[in-house]
Amino acid sequence: MTTHSNGAREKADKYTEFVSRGFGRDLAKRLGLPQPAILRRYNPGAPLIEGPVLVMGQGAGSDDVAKVLLDWHQDVRRHATPKEKLGAIVVVLDELGHPEQLSAPMLAVGAALRDLNKNARIVTISRPALPSDAPAIAAARNGVDGIVRSVAKELRAGATANGILLANGIAADSPSAMASLRFFLSGRSAFVDGQFLTASAVGEVAGDWDKPLNGCVAVVTGAARGIGAAIARTLARDGATVIAVDVPAAGDHLAAVANDIHGTALQLDITAPDAGERILDHAISRHGRLDIVVHNAGITRDKLLANMDAAKWDSVIAVNIASQLRMNEAFLASGDFGGNARIISVASTSGIAGNRGQSNYAASKAGVMGMVRSTAPLLEARGGTVNAVAPGFIETDMTAKIPFATREVARRLNSLQQGGRPGDVAEAIAFFAQPAAAGVTANVLRVCGQNLVGQ
Amino acid sequence: MSNPTTAASSGAAQLPTLRKAVVVGGNRIPFARTGGAYAHSSNQDMLTAALDGLVARFGLAGEEIGEVAAGAVLKHSRDFNLTREAVLGSALAATTPAYDLQQACATGLETVLGLSNKIKLGQIDSAIAGGVDSASDAPIAVSEGLRAILLDLNRAKTTGQKLKILSRIRPKDLSPDAPSTGEPRTGLSMGEHQALTTAQWKISREAQDELALASHKNLAAAYGRNFFDDLVTPFRGLSKDSNLRGDSTLEKLASLKPVFGKSLGAAATMTAGNSTPLTDGASTVLLASEEWAAARDLPILADVVDGEAAAVDFVHGKDGLLMAPAFAVPRLLARNGLTLADIDYFEIHEAFAGTVLSTLAAWEDEEFGKTRLGLDGAFGTVDRSKLNVNGSSLAAGHPFAATGGRLVATLAKMLHERGQVDGRPARGLISVCAAGGQGVVAILEAR
Repeated sequence: MTTHSNGAREKADKYTEFVSRGFGRDLAKRLGLPQPAILRRYNPGAPLIEGPVLVMGQGAGSDDVAKVLLDWHQDVRRHATPKEKLGAIVVVLDELGHPEQLSAPMLAVGAALRDLNKNARIVTISRPALPSDAPAIAAARNGVDGIVRSVAKELRAGATANGILLANGIAADSPSAMASLRFFLSGRSAFVDGQFLTASAVGEVAGDWDKPLNGCVAVVTGAARGIGAAIARTLARDGATVIAVDVPAAGDHLAAVANDIHGTALQLDITAPDAGERILDHAISRHGRLDIVVHNAGITRDKLLANMDAAKWDSVIAVNIASQLRMNEAFLASGDFGGNARIISVASTSGIAGNRGQSNYAASKAGVMGMVRSTAPLLEARGGTVNAVAPGFIETDMTAKIPFATREVARRLNSLQQGGRPGDVAEAIAFFAQPAAAGVTANVLRVCGQNLVGQ
Repeated sequence: MSNPTTAASSGAAQLPTLRKAVVVGGNRIPFARTGGAYAHSSNQDMLTAALDGLVARFGLAGEEIGEVAAGAVLKHSRDFNLTREAVLGSALAATTPAYDLQQACATGLETVLGLSNKIKLGQIDSAIAGGVDSASDAPIAVSEGLRAILLDLNRAKTTGQKLKILSRIRPKDLSPDAPSTGEPRTGLSMGEHQALTTAQWKISREAQDELALASHKNLAAAYGRNFFDDLVTPFRGLSKDSNLRGDSTLEKLASLKPVFGKSLGAAATMTAGNSTPLTDGASTVLLASEEWAAARDLPILADVVDGEAAAVDFVHGKDGLLMAPAFAVPRLLARNGLTLADIDYFEIHEAFAGTVLSTLAAWEDEEFGKTRLGLDGAFGTVDRSKLNVNGSSLAAGHPFAATGGRLVATLAKMLHERGQVDGRPARGLISVCAAGGQGVVAILEAR
């Protein structure tokens, strides 16, 4: 009855284990081979971050953020002390007016980089560049984008750099920005690197950080194995009652997952016309409510477009995107799916960067991102959010079937030089599901270790 | 048992008012033809899987259930505590008590009735009834050493492999304890017994083949409309009953040679197509008091209204081995003030097509009604459009003790979907024949 098995059971890949200590580490260093770190992953009750947090920035925003970090019982520094090891650097840049203003804070960050602990975090808090901004302001704001993505590639030893973008009128210490900051600082974001989250509304003050989903009812499609099973386990760990959904043919694995997390199993083909209604009916009749929907179920039917047939194309579209659209219509039409409603879809980096032989899959996954962005306003009116998570190379049964050499190359092609775990995707989804993330909507968050292709 | 009016006269009205026992739902693993997908699965494996699927469907992980009862017809002596061991291996609380029950093919239905009675009496609030059987992993009544060798031999493909396995036999392995598949008192197999009954009631080959075809068509159609999504959980890579032949035709069935009753000469009508094959599988049913189900926001599909057992003297008397339900049903309906016309769904276990048709023929026979049932005339006619509408054992297969759970869960769902008929709850009848000349029958009503 382990409900938080993501961390303990899985080991790093063999190469990562080898180069992480002793002879392997020396050899890799000498030969200039990749040296992926063993990443710090979230464990309930563990410290948010190991080491002091340096908060940089001039304005009121940085003071407010420092105050929140103190409330979280963090060891906060406003100035770097040379040689003192740091757990994280938070750079508050919410008042940028000109690219020239980037110099001072970024050089100060640079001076502190050598003092970072393993698995440290750099998090910027700034504002998105908008067409309505004055050119100099837009230049400065967009500059942060380049900084974060570059610093992420510079960092080593499991450290990551990510950014929070505050919509106009949203304060640096707004609950949704602080929920995002906590996600980036924690081990929940272990495989998220070089990415941004946008806080578009104030959000809600968090209740219990260890059990953020207490009292929530969540449905996870494709929950019988792999990433879906990890999502179900992670949501349950965070306090949710989980309805695990998968096709009837996967029912035995589904039952094992549902029983492990004390949830319920619902055998259902999500392409059925009444799938949304059946999920709602199960949720309401058994659990009295539905708060969180995770659209994870997906299939691949890879073929070069030149060799594609209708069956392969249509089945991928039907399962990966058409079913989500139809189910969302049912959820949105229901008065029972409201209040703090959350929809989170699993997209893919294939839908961002494209992938040879996956035109059908990429169409479906890029479609998911399009759907998420235009569903957000529909849910916003009723206090809900909709977001997508785009996994990169994740170690699953599916990727284990890739030939060794191809797999070995694929898993090193990111800034963290390793594949992610199903639990890493699940953590990002669990973050979007939190009540505290109420102001975070229409995001597509990549969980890819900053894959070298795409954004 | 010979006088049905005795039982009928006791009258349900005289019983104290009991609370209701309801069917919450069921779960089974797909049934597999012997030697197929579950060739290497034990009864305990299958029963545990069926339990875990039920637990997952209704969110019962870690819960203590009032009592679990199940059984197996073909049972190893080491499985003396089969059901309790399956519970311990399942996701249920380890504090859930369990017992084994055995009444041949009626085992599954009898667990439902026995546990329902405990619920009605208030002794328990929740229960899981079930059954399991493996003809693949059957106990062979010889020494354990020879049994292992024989099973290996059965699985070997080449002569070389077979010789190598045979060479393992030692004199000490050869202490015989002759196993018999037949009825101990007649030496006849069940199929040969039914062949006599089929001939006695003059059931035609065509009628048997038509019933078999309907079973396959109905079961395939039920799978086609996802009827079993919340009744079946896959096991060992199998997600549908492996005996199901949705594309079967009367021509194909007509082409099969008779396998039973061949000594009867031209009258032999029973083939592998209209007889149920040996099958492996397990089923479970979640029963509860209304209060227990409501407290957990669980669905209520049907009430377990009443049940009845009967037996016939097939050794010395006039009745066929599998004809006991022909006596049990009239008694049960009379006690509840009902006739066949008051039943909306009939679930009559298809041990053989001939069994079902012989039973129906007996009920339509005036002589049988008068002399054997003590009625004024024929007992009545079963509307065939209400019979086994989602298929039955001829298509699904028949892992002996698992059939009762399959029938109860399937019927309960059908009744719930049907809801009301003529302003009263839809009503269903289950009839299961069993070895030893026994039969158990039950009435369920829609909720």
